[in-house]
Amino acid sequence: MLTLSIPIYEKLPNSLDLRLAIQWLTGKADWIGLRLYQEITHQRGARNGHPDENQVSFDRGVMVEVFHQGHFGYCGTAHLTKAGLELACHQAKQMAEAGAKYKVADFDLSAVRPRSVGHYRSPVFKNLDCETLGDFSETLRLASLKLKVSDQIVNAIANARLVETSIHYVSSDGSDTLQEFLLLGHNYAATAQQGSESQTRSDHGGVASCSQIGLETWDRAEILNRCARIGKEALELLQAPNCPSEKMDLILAPDQMLLQIHESIGHPLELDRILGDERNFAGWSFVKAEDFGQLQYGSKLMNATFDPSVPGEYASYAFDDCGNPAQREYLIKDGLLVRGLGSLESQFRSHLPGVANFRASSWNRAPIDRMANINLEPGSSNLKDMIAQTEKGILMEANMSWSIDDYRNKFQFGCEYARLIENGKLTSVVKNPNYRGVTVPFWNSLKAVGNAQEVEIYGTPWCGKGEPSQVIRVGHSSPHCLFSQVEVFGGVQ
Amino acid sequence: MSLNFNEKWQKHFDLLSSSLFSNLKSEEDLNLNLQGEDSTFLRFNQSMVRQNTRVEQVLLSMSFQGSGRRVQFELMLTGDLENDRNLTSSLLERARSEVQALPVDPYLVPMKSNGDSVREYHGKLPLAADAIKMIAETTAGVDFAGFYTGGPVLRASRNSKGQKHWFSSENFFVDYSLFTKNSDGENKAIKGVYADLNWDQNQFSKQLQSSQNQLSLMSRKSQLIKPGAYRTYLAPAAVAEILGTMSWNAFSLKCFKQGLSGFKKLYEKEKSLSPLFTLRENFDMGLCPQFNQQGEMAPAQIVLVEKGIAQNWLSSSRSEKEYGIAANGCDPEMLRSTEILPGQLPEDKVLQELGTGLYLGNLHYLNWSDVPGGRITGMTRYAGFWVEKGEVVGPIQDLRFDESLYQIFGSELAALTREQHIDPSISTYLQRDLGGRKNPGALLNKMTFTL
Repeated sequence: MLTLSIPIYEKLPNSLDLRLAIQWLTGKADWIGLRLYQEITHQRGARNGHPDENQVSFDRGVMVEVFHQGHFGYCGTAHLTKAGLELACHQAKQMAEAGAKYKVADFDLSAVRPRSVGHYRSPVFKNLDCETLGDFSETLRLASLKLKVSDQIVNAIANARLVETSIHYVSSDGSDTLQEFLLLGHNYAATAQQGSESQTRSDHGGVASCSQIGLETWDRAEILNRCARIGKEALELLQAPNCPSEKMDLILAPDQMLLQIHESIGHPLELDRILGDERNFAGWSFVKAEDFGQLQYGSKLMNATFDPSVPGEYASYAFDDCGNPAQREYLIKDGLLVRGLGSLESQFRSHLPGVANFRASSWNRAPIDRMANINLEPGSSNLKDMIAQTEKGILMEANMSWSIDDYRNKFQFGCEYARLIENGKLTSVVKNPNYRGVTVPFWNSLKAVGNAQEVEIYGTPWCGKGEPSQVIRVGHSSPHCLFSQVEVFGGVQ
Repeated sequence: MSLNFNEKWQKHFDLLSSSLFSNLKSEEDLNLNLQGEDSTFLRFNQSMVRQNTRVEQVLLSMSFQGSGRRVQFELMLTGDLENDRNLTSSLLERARSEVQALPVDPYLVPMKSNGDSVREYHGKLPLAADAIKMIAETTAGVDFAGFYTGGPVLRASRNSKGQKHWFSSENFFVDYSLFTKNSDGENKAIKGVYADLNWDQNQFSKQLQSSQNQLSLMSRKSQLIKPGAYRTYLAPAAVAEILGTMSWNAFSLKCFKQGLSGFKKLYEKEKSLSPLFTLRENFDMGLCPQFNQQGEMAPAQIVLVEKGIAQNWLSSSRSEKEYGIAANGCDPEMLRSTEILPGQLPEDKVLQELGTGLYLGNLHYLNWSDVPGGRITGMTRYAGFWVEKGEVVGPIQDLRFDESLYQIFGSELAALTREQHIDPSISTYLQRDLGGRKNPGALLNKMTFTL
């Protein structure tokens, strides 16, 4: 039987031994780090009952890092022979030497490259050997048919993204960490159309359903049930009136909270942004170094953590890409800003507390400060009570549109699906729900946070940042949250 | 004699593709696509080097067709012929197995030869150490944050029917921002891009001086502009940002048919844009290959909107098979090398014609806020000024806009500038991008700002 697993690298006669490779190179520079990054990405999809995508990508290479006079030079290569790595080491050393005279910081190696040894493996009970390609593809085909609950559904897609990643990091002073991940993301979406109007409903917003998990959760019956609901909700949206334009109380579902957390907590707290590294691309931050320990970022109900230790969340790991052991830290406690998202290098430069978040998207990029799992910690409320206490409001679900300024202040976000709340009860469905606000006042308007039983975990594979640019995986968990008097609005009338 | 990057990979691609094509059985077809680069990346903050990286990467895409099915693989090549032969042979075997396990693909396009072509652009680029020295020393004393990327980039396509295309370009860009604080103590910035095939230090210095001159305008007191509708001039870089968002789904035939188009009403003739507005793909600009990943050649020009009326979609062969509308070599169905034709307004008369309103140098983080309605949102960024009676009063505090494209390029479009600016793609996600845009600035009677 043909399973999903495609072990082509295992068949190569002379596979690279990274522990041997670091021995070849030791002595060629003051300090050398090697990061072997191997990733196999399976993208399988069906549309309207037919195969739409069957693509598998195989990516493997080493980033060589050389330390010279307080500065790091980098060279990425996919030529994984002794000669290939020696050339890359030479080029990385040239880069370090060229940059050292004009370096932004004079790093102390021991402060920014800890010696670490360890192994991390994401939780997996059923790996890719346990599912045949035929069965997997058939589930996707049936799912795309199940979404098509009416002829008004003009587009029904079902796709899955399976990623097998291995990151092995060694250094000339004895670091040796190996981290292995199996990641599953999937989406089911239906677009309903009538005349020039069209509406799309998906499974929590396109790319949000993603986790570190095996195929133990791949259940055809459960997927088909979910698709029937999505198709029905797409039709509901097609007939729904536009979201009204006025100020009202807003409840955000966890599959929209993920975006709210990401854009208005995660990015502004990145220390490399605060230090100005990102000013020419993604932007700076309204947060200043002196705000840590001082700024009341949100209401007392707001507690946000950096937590790479949540089993199954999309960006859990044990070490970042400079070998720093990762652990849970509060970023915002009782609404007060206490810690930034900064790696050891950013902590060295800024003298601010940070986290283990020096991460690269692959072997061909140098690590930078990234989010991992940034979570909104649960409170004591629940969705039922939030609705009951709302006289006039709206419940929005699933992100669809996102835009925020380069200092992370003024945002405008759109969702797929919303229901009005009138006199403590959910009433009619409305289409094109959007809302806008400014980060700190918005978080200070937080007036209820759901409890631990209502936390949902999502993520995205597509967080963009950096020069050269990188996309990286992040996870975000949250319960429902209630915000008071937010400006909401709909689509073009 | 050692081979340079292009020669090395051309030879490697020749040997690898010959080997794979010779192993095909009857009724099997294979398309190979190569995307490679040997890049130097230099990142600066405050004119100092934050990170500098060298990367050589060459990605092979294999599209295998047999038994009415298609499977695709991507493989990062090692450059070692024996290793790459082993890996690609394994993938060929896997492809044969997969087509037996997958359902028939009704929209499969039979492979054919799409001819051959060679286009090479040679450049003269600085060594990394020289680039660092020139950039750091030229920008010393200014608050400069920027990014240099340089080196050869290649794209190539071959298939088992005999098709053979090659495109390579040795180019560089410096994408930069200059920062200052204005009299209110607020951060203000100017954006610039210096891009070419040949590095000219004098040209770089001159451009930087010009940016510094603009920066002095930003040091004036900020103007707090309330949300509302204002007469607005969008400089070419701001128009290019809007084009970038439109590229996602506005002109794609597939998106139109699948209910995902931002211009559905335009293509259905329910709405139109301004008669001043003509937009086309123009591959004669030489910014990217005319062939796509399947090796299909697009026409040199594809007019998408002429004088405000939709004319053509971007359409792939796969869409043609599904929807019966002729393909024009666009796969993916996105803008690659786009031109908005110029208007009559001389750039040196822009402030005078604007009169009182907003001059916006750049826009930031655009997204659709209502796809069927053709409405987008985004922020002002960098050189944004309040202008009164044709004179710059001072920089603005950034504003959010939320506006329909039918207004921006339709009912509210008052004029396009006579001059067009080239905006080469500087994207480096996954790999260095090719392509870009050539467009004028746009004067609008009004534009809506919401926050």
